[in-house]
Amino acid sequence: MNAPVITNVQQEKASGQARERLVVIGNGMAGCRAVEEILARDGDRYAITIFGAEPRVNYDRIMLSPVLAGDKSFEDIIINDQSWYDDNGIELVSGDAVIAIKREAREVVSASGRVTPYDRLLIATGSDPFIIPVPGHKLPGVITFRDLDDVDKMLTAAETGGNAVVIGGGLLGLEAAHGLSLRGMKVTVLHLMPTLMERQLDEAAGFLLRSELERRGQTIITQADTAEILGDSHVTGVKLKDGTEIEADLVVMAVGIKPSTGLAKLAELEVERGIVVDDNMVTSDPAIVAVGECVQHRGACYGLVAPLWEMCRALADFMTSTPSGYVGSVTATKLKVSGINLFSAGDFSGGADTEDIVMRDASRGVYKRVVVKGDRLIGAVLYGDTADGSWYFDLLKRQEDISDIREALIFGQAFASGGATLDPDSAVAALSQDAEICGCNGVTKGQVVACIDGGAGDLDSVRAGCKASASCGSCTGLVESLLSLSLGDDYDGERKVTPMCKCTSFTHEDVRRNILEKELKSIPQVMQELHWTTADGCASCRPALNYYLLCAWPTEHEEDPQSRFVNERMHANIQKDGTYSVVPRMWGGITTPNELRAIADAADKYEARLVKVTGGQRLDIFGIKKEDLPAIWADLNAAGMVSGHAYGKALRTVKTCVGSEWCRFGTQDSTGLGIKAEQMTWGSWMPHKFKIAVSGCPRNCAEASIKDLGIICVDSGYELSVGGNGGIHLRGTDFLCKVETEEQALEYMAAFIQLYREEARYLDRTAPWVERVGMDYIKGRIVEDEAGRKELQERFLFAQSVHQKDPWAERVAGAEGHLHKHIAEIRPFSVLEPA
Amino acid sequence: MMADARWIDIGPVEQLPALGARTLPVQGGQEIAIFRTATGSIHALANKCPHKAGPLSQGIVHDTSVTCPLHNWRISLLTGEALGEDKGCVPVIPVKIDAGRIYIERASALAGVV
Ligand SMILES: Cc1cc2nc3c(=O)[nH]c(=O)nc-3n(C[C@H](O)[C@H](O)[C@H](O)COP(=O)(O)OP(=O)(O)OC[C@H]3O[C@@H](n4cnc5c(N)ncnc54)[C@H](O)[C@@H]3O)c2cc1C
Ligand code: HEM
Ligand code: SF4
Ligand code: FES
Repeated sequence: MNAPVITNVQQEKASGQARERLVVIGNGMAGCRAVEEILARDGDRYAITIFGAEPRVNYDRIMLSPVLAGDKSFEDIIINDQSWYDDNGIELVSGDAVIAIKREAREVVSASGRVTPYDRLLIATGSDPFIIPVPGHKLPGVITFRDLDDVDKMLTAAETGGNAVVIGGGLLGLEAAHGLSLRGMKVTVLHLMPTLMERQLDEAAGFLLRSELERRGQTIITQADTAEILGDSHVTGVKLKDGTEIEADLVVMAVGIKPSTGLAKLAELEVERGIVVDDNMVTSDPAIVAVGECVQHRGACYGLVAPLWEMCRALADFMTSTPSGYVGSVTATKLKVSGINLFSAGDFSGGADTEDIVMRDASRGVYKRVVVKGDRLIGAVLYGDTADGSWYFDLLKRQEDISDIREALIFGQAFASGGATLDPDSAVAALSQDAEICGCNGVTKGQVVACIDGGAGDLDSVRAGCKASASCGSCTGLVESLLSLSLGDDYDGERKVTPMCKCTSFTHEDVRRNILEKELKSIPQVMQELHWTTADGCASCRPALNYYLLCAWPTEHEEDPQSRFVNERMHANIQKDGTYSVVPRMWGGITTPNELRAIADAADKYEARLVKVTGGQRLDIFGIKKEDLPAIWADLNAAGMVSGHAYGKALRTVKTCVGSEWCRFGTQDSTGLGIKAEQMTWGSWMPHKFKIAVSGCPRNCAEASIKDLGIICVDSGYELSVGGNGGIHLRGTDFLCKVETEEQALEYMAAFIQLYREEARYLDRTAPWVERVGMDYIKGRIVEDEAGRKELQERFLFAQSVHQKDPWAERVAGAEGHLHKHIAEIRPFSVLEPA
Repeated sequence: MMADARWIDIGPVEQLPALGARTLPVQGGQEIAIFRTATGSIHALANKCPHKAGPLSQGIVHDTSVTCPLHNWRISLLTGEALGEDKGCVPVIPVKIDAGRIYIERASALAGVV
């Protein structure tokens, strides 16, 4: 044997007996996973050296798409950082590719000339992107999508905007296209076949996908055969065989991959499409094993991560003397484009002895197809609703007899397993131990459960322990179900966070963050994206989502009346007999003879049963029928009055006292400031109702100290305090700050309201919210951070520019008229035709 | 529309928004609430919550239930029964959809009319 070049690290660890030397070529997903699996079984057996051509630590390649799209940074997708290599005594040689394997001498030679001996060699070189050798393919600006350097190139190109052409409408191409278009480029996708992702999707699902991408502004050209890439010193365009020319500043080739077998071929290992391995992942040389995309096992090469995990397990079993054997994988695909849910697995090419079961729901944009052969499920394509993907995949992998559930199969697990319960826990309980929970990291249900049994008591510990849900997070709900199944009440008891409602495992804060990060703009989209476990939510999450969306996207949000509580839907307060009360706004509690006359007339005309002065200094007209609401609003509008939002999670009233204009104690014009405050804030939707008061001196006749926001005028200015409540739990306000001018008072008010709107949970009054986050936090944001305060104020005023409109006037003009009319009327013996 | 002996035509399905509801007063009888779920199915209940007679037509529809606007009881659109902890039941009136129109069963709709 040659004298080994042993590094310091290895010497330290290897003290005592000499360990076998394991050299790994490829610091990618499979190579590092194989090492992790080996270490987990026997941490001391090998002295390990890993060569990586890329100049960096091991990262999650599949997450390059979110990095491109701006959802993640490189730091977020690192799987093992340098300390992992150090802690395990692994020598990482990065940025230095292996260029030769000398089998007789049992050493590898790297590009820098380094010679490293091995006892065992693991080849995990992955794949190379396939490049179509058309003229111009070497021009600057033509790139592939495989590693971080490619992403950096795309990001640099995207900085200047312009046109991008992506050649290839498969998984990789579409993820590249999505990222580039989010980064501001005008994207055209060229695809050779008639259907996008034809290997994973059938025509119908391909069509839905195509329409959605086109709706998002991408141009999709199918049956596009690239003839030439145009340009002299840099790419300028792409020419198709039919003569079409498309402008391009960037061309991404994503037409496929081929196993990276160059080294193995040079070393004369047996190579066909990939490096040929047996069930223990051993190549034609018994000292050399291989895993990942570079191998060919039982005739198959794979291009997804799930098979790699299975290969690595089999390899590690073999390398630690307990061979289990790899038997090949069935694969499933998901597309990582936010807002598009797509799942496919198995074979759906059809055929004489197969049967298709299809369900479409155009209104939800759902397409589901399962393919059955005999009594077995052999393929599934889901578009729009992929909640049942892992269940189908499990049935498929296990070749389960489905004859008993055949009828209900297409409706998914909840229906097929008997009761129509939509309980997510029972669905997860029904999964088998080897069902895959986390697709990104290849973690099975059995492994998650083992991790929980091993002491992981919350989501973070599970993420740290077995990596489940540590990458894209879409399986978080499944992991939480497993936590609650395994730990029972212990789990719920221990939880620091409570989910928004029983339809989801996300907290209010998670949901709001995701709405912004993933740019979710509609309730169904949130429910699809965040894996709601119910079809259309419940009476508690729908209004909350509606609010979060309108707050996050003031201009883009489309109101969903069906997700408003009745009062906000009807713009009036429902009373216990089903009639409504109507409260017009009286700015700062000031009214005029004309307004009073209009109210009196309306009360007569619509046979109001009561008119009451409210505690909010205005008049409430009771006993109005649903059908009469638009008419009474029209009358009140005509007298110049608008809705008082006495029914809404919104700004209610601004209560004032008469202040310095009349009162002998008054220090400032409290009425005037109250009116200005009300005119600034009316019409704004909030997490809950919001009341303001302004008192002219510390005698505080307007009771400002029990309002959400209270102002007390003093000689030298205005004292602002927040978080008061006059309800069941009486709470006095907490002092926020003192300001000198009315203008400042209004600025601070707007900023505080916006902070509350953006950060409180739906149905939190200011009082519990202030108690939860603490006054220090609020002062930090509003008082100490001047720039931040101004930004909050700006966002508030911007939202107001959209939302500050009189809902009554809109209804009077006919909006949502059906809400006020009966669908028809039945008179016994004579049926009226519907309206 | 020819009046048929068993069913009364109350108009096209589109008059109801998805996840919405509308009312159908019956002269001399109990007002009916007609609901449409997310999947497009139509259901009819007496418009009167078993708790304190809240107008169910004004509640939030989700899945196959409606949450009463007054005190949040959840009522099944399929059986009329209160769901969860609450106990109570409201009459279900059979409906059917035919060629895009909603038909309501005459006898049940007129139940209680004197
Ligand atoms: C953008 C993108 C998105 C993807 N999305 C998904 C997805 O959603 N789901 C899914 O299942 N799969 C996805 N994949 C595929 C998945 O990433 C691969 O299946 C997986 O990375 C293969 O692992 P591997 O270890 O075999 O190869 P790699 O991860 O590519 O690792 C091979 C490593 O070996 C190095 N190497 C090669 N030759 C040498 C040499 N001579 N010396 C030293 N080092 C060398 C390479 O630099 C590379 O770092 C995606 C791939 C990409 C590029
Ligand atoms: C469904 C239940 C409720 C209804 C329909 C209701 C309705 C009203 C209405 C119409 C007003 C007049 C407000 C205005 O002029 O804008 C009012 C005032 C008031 N309500 Fe309620 N309310 C309800 C619940 C509560 C609760 C739970 C609290 C306590 C947390 C509360 C505390 C108050 C107070 C303190 C006022 C006086 C407001 C002021 O002085 O500005 N109300 N309520
Ligand atoms: S709060 Fe002061 S200024 Fe206002 S009415 Fe009362 S005593 Fe007068
Ligand atoms: S009346 Fe329906 S819940 Fe009380």
